Amino acid sequence: MATILETRHADVMPLGHAPQDNYLTHGRGFLSWALTLDHKRIGVMYLCAVCSAFLLGGIFAMLLRTELLMPKNGPEDVFLFTRDAYNQLFTLHGAIMVFLFIIPGIPAALGNFILPIMLGAKDVAFPRLNLCSFYLWLVGALFFVLMLVTGGLDTGWTFYTPYSTSTSTAVVTAVFGAFILGFSSIFTGLNFIVTVHTMRPPGMTWFRMPLFLWAIYSTALVQVLATPVLAITLLLLIAERTLGIGIFDPALGGDPVLFQHFFWFYSHPAVYIMILPAFGVISELITTFSRKHIFGYRFIAYSSVAIAILGFLVWAHHMFVSGQSAISAMVFSAITFTISIPTAIKIFNWLATMYKGSISYATPMCYALAFIFLFTIGGLTGLPLGTLSTDIHLHDTYFVVAHFHYVMMGGTLIAFLGALFYWWPKMFGRMYHERLGQISAVIVFLGFNATFFPQFIMGAKGMPRRYANYLPEYHAWHVASTIGAYTLGIGLVIAAIALIWGLYRGKRAPANPWGSATLEWQCSSPPPHNNFDAPPVVGDPYAIHQLVYDPDQSAWVPRQEKIVESEAMLERHTDAGTTGH
Amino acid sequence: MTLFRLLALPAAGEASLWLPEQASTVAASVDEAWWLVYWVSAVFFAIIVVAQVYFMWAYRRRAGWTEQKTAHHNFPLELTWSIIPSLIIVVMFVKGFLGFLDMRMPPADTYDITVVARKWSWSFIYPNGVVHPELHVPVDRNVKLVMSSDDVIHSLFVPVFRVKQDIVPGRYNYLWFNATKPGTYDLECTEYCGTNHSEMRTKTVVHEPGGMERWLEDRIEDIMKMPPIELGTLLYNQRGCSQCHMVDGKGGTVGPKFEQTFGNRHQFTDGSQAVGDENYIRESVMNPQAQVRTGFPPTMPTYKGLFREAEIRGLIAFIKSQNPKFKAEAEREYAKPAGETEAGDASPDSDLPDGGANGAASADEN
Repeated sequence: MATILETRHADVMPLGHAPQDNYLTHGRGFLSWALTLDHKRIGVMYLCAVCSAFLLGGIFAMLLRTELLMPKNGPEDVFLFTRDAYNQLFTLHGAIMVFLFIIPGIPAALGNFILPIMLGAKDVAFPRLNLCSFYLWLVGALFFVLMLVTGGLDTGWTFYTPYSTSTSTAVVTAVFGAFILGFSSIFTGLNFIVTVHTMRPPGMTWFRMPLFLWAIYSTALVQVLATPVLAITLLLLIAERTLGIGIFDPALGGDPVLFQHFFWFYSHPAVYIMILPAFGVISELITTFSRKHIFGYRFIAYSSVAIAILGFLVWAHHMFVSGQSAISAMVFSAITFTISIPTAIKIFNWLATMYKGSISYATPMCYALAFIFLFTIGGLTGLPLGTLSTDIHLHDTYFVVAHFHYVMMGGTLIAFLGALFYWWPKMFGRMYHERLGQISAVIVFLGFNATFFPQFIMGAKGMPRRYANYLPEYHAWHVASTIGAYTLGIGLVIAAIALIWGLYRGKRAPANPWGSATLEWQCSSPPPHNNFDAPPVVGDPYAIHQLVYDPDQSAWVPRQEKIVESEAMLERHTDAGTTGH
Repeated sequence: MTLFRLLALPAAGEASLWLPEQASTVAASVDEAWWLVYWVSAVFFAIIVVAQVYFMWAYRRRAGWTEQKTAHHNFPLELTWSIIPSLIIVVMFVKGFLGFLDMRMPPADTYDITVVARKWSWSFIYPNGVVHPELHVPVDRNVKLVMSSDDVIHSLFVPVFRVKQDIVPGRYNYLWFNATKPGTYDLECTEYCGTNHSEMRTKTVVHEPGGMERWLEDRIEDIMKMPPIELGTLLYNQRGCSQCHMVDGKGGTVGPKFEQTFGNRHQFTDGSQAVGDENYIRESVMNPQAQVRTGFPPTMPTYKGLFREAEIRGLIAFIKSQNPKFKAEAEREYAKPAGETEAGDASPDSDLPDGGANGAASADEN
């Protein structure tokens, strides 16, 4: 990819732009990528890696949706896959999507690229640790591949004991892969925390940080604090399977519910590792494409931190039917409800930001608008799952499947796509295909709803999840869901075409194609190797009105320098005035 | 109007687009909580989407429109939209918690059924010892399920009752309900348990008053009418013998294989010896610790009071037939139904119900 970009880049040089050193042309050859310490190159490598994982997980999703086109008559009746093959499909889909795609998706791929530039820094605090984190991801992914060829995995991505300690599939390989991926995640989180604390340039105060950075910072806290618990849990699982030490298996004196507590103590906070960065992305997109200052900056920033903290205290809401005491169920239900408040605040604030704006329908905004719609459904359907009596009915049904897909896919994936279109010009110096991008957003939105809305209805009626076979009464809903999944798949392919087309044929991107006021748009597209030659001037990240569109350059440029300065002064004064109390 | 009812406000207990019909006392309370959350969510969703769509239209970027400067924050407004949802979620939480407490605390006077879940079948053991793969319960009676698992975690779910409970190996989990509507409903395993998880489904049959007792008698009737060897085979598979005793190369290895039990001389741990005959088998079932074979642990539980005479005869016939030398003799000897010899206990044939609703429900024996 790099060489193609370089040649194209060279082609365009004579068009009047000064030859310019950027991170893509700075150093050539395989080793200049493989051994790079540049956060931007590491981000690009991460992006290729997580997108490959997404493709693989998506293929598994298509296969399992295809199998569900037909109800079957008894255990011997087979449509396309045997029962065991189906069980592997949903396990692999879940495990790959969670561990290899969603968790590293926004933070490690986009966060790595954007965070230091947005912060005004030259790189992350520990560039070598950053590269190490990428290679740990690769090693973890290799273990997953090894697992695929040595018997697969059929435990569900949750590895519940004693099933996971008794099945004959390659559980130890998969679990060890997840263990390594956990370290990759910890290293990224640690790096971001230290970077945000120590590498802010003069003027970049905490409350001048863009909300994407607040979100990534909150995510990083969760990654560092929660992931070690997963590591310990997975090691204990390996110890039980290989050495026969009784920790979780009742036959050896262990307790299977203990595993669930350990597992969800990580995996519920992990839900916020997956969604918080998406919130950050949406805050950036809504403000930029509405041409409005973000509404309620502090409420949004604090709500990210609140979600990160509360996210640690709700894990047992996954276990309301496990037989835990009624008192603990009560406590976890109550805390679960409180987490809905900071989430609702964000949605209201995004809407208020759009109020009286100038709303563009560029592709990133199309995805952001789809996000608000889908994530609202995802969030609201969390309420009957947090309500104790209704959760008993809905637990482990398709209602839960639909709920977390609306959050994880309708939320995180849609935000990931929006972010990809938004930062694509910055990352590769070329614009994507706008019309195709918009079409992809519409198809993805329609296909997504067609796939997952029927699953809410099936779940409420009582269709259990992880079923290879189902009662004939659900047939029509399953067919609708599968057709939706194919539509969704087509939409995603179109999105990929719109982006990749841009690499080859796209217009050269200006430094600031969107009129955003955060720092990454101050450096060229693609950014130079060092991001900034001198520490950038830091102002209000949402002072969007200071940028005007220049049709000659098809780019947004600052208003007359002097006006900008005086306005920035004024802005600083008003900010100081309003934030003082 | 019909559409509205289907979407939102079904008549009490009926199925809607969302929920299945109600057939237990707790279902109404669960559904009330559901509709409360549903309507609150619908209103919030409508507010958000209407605002979003209106803004998307009214403030779309176009010639002649520029963005207007508005406040960057508004503390009273933000406080309002934080506090109002906070109050609403308190109502939801309380409603859900109170309903949950009712579901979790079984009343004192319950009709208890033991449930054993295993990959991938259910055994329901009724108070009179009948074991059946379907859940049968009387209507309008508090029923408590005492549930355990032989292998991995399973979960018992009856959608029309709105109840669900995991079944965790190594402990007993309880589930109670009071069925309000006679009929046949689905019962499903909802905790992933391997290959045939999606086939681990059976029926729940709620009987009219008196129907439960009649159904249980019919099952005993069935037992009495079975050829003894067949009955013994069924008991061997259903009542746990196969966990320890091997037959045809399948089953557990804790206890002796049944191939050599009948007709061979056995050495016991107290030094005595005996030939395996009808009395030996009977004694081993009723009072197993009296004669423990050397080389085997004294772990066999007693089945005293758990088997009827006909069932013991069935077990003896089955075990005898496992020894190839006695197979033909056993088949001759035990040709007649197991209950035949104790006609006094069994109901006369003329008393048999016509096998209407209950007969159909019990057809799925394998």
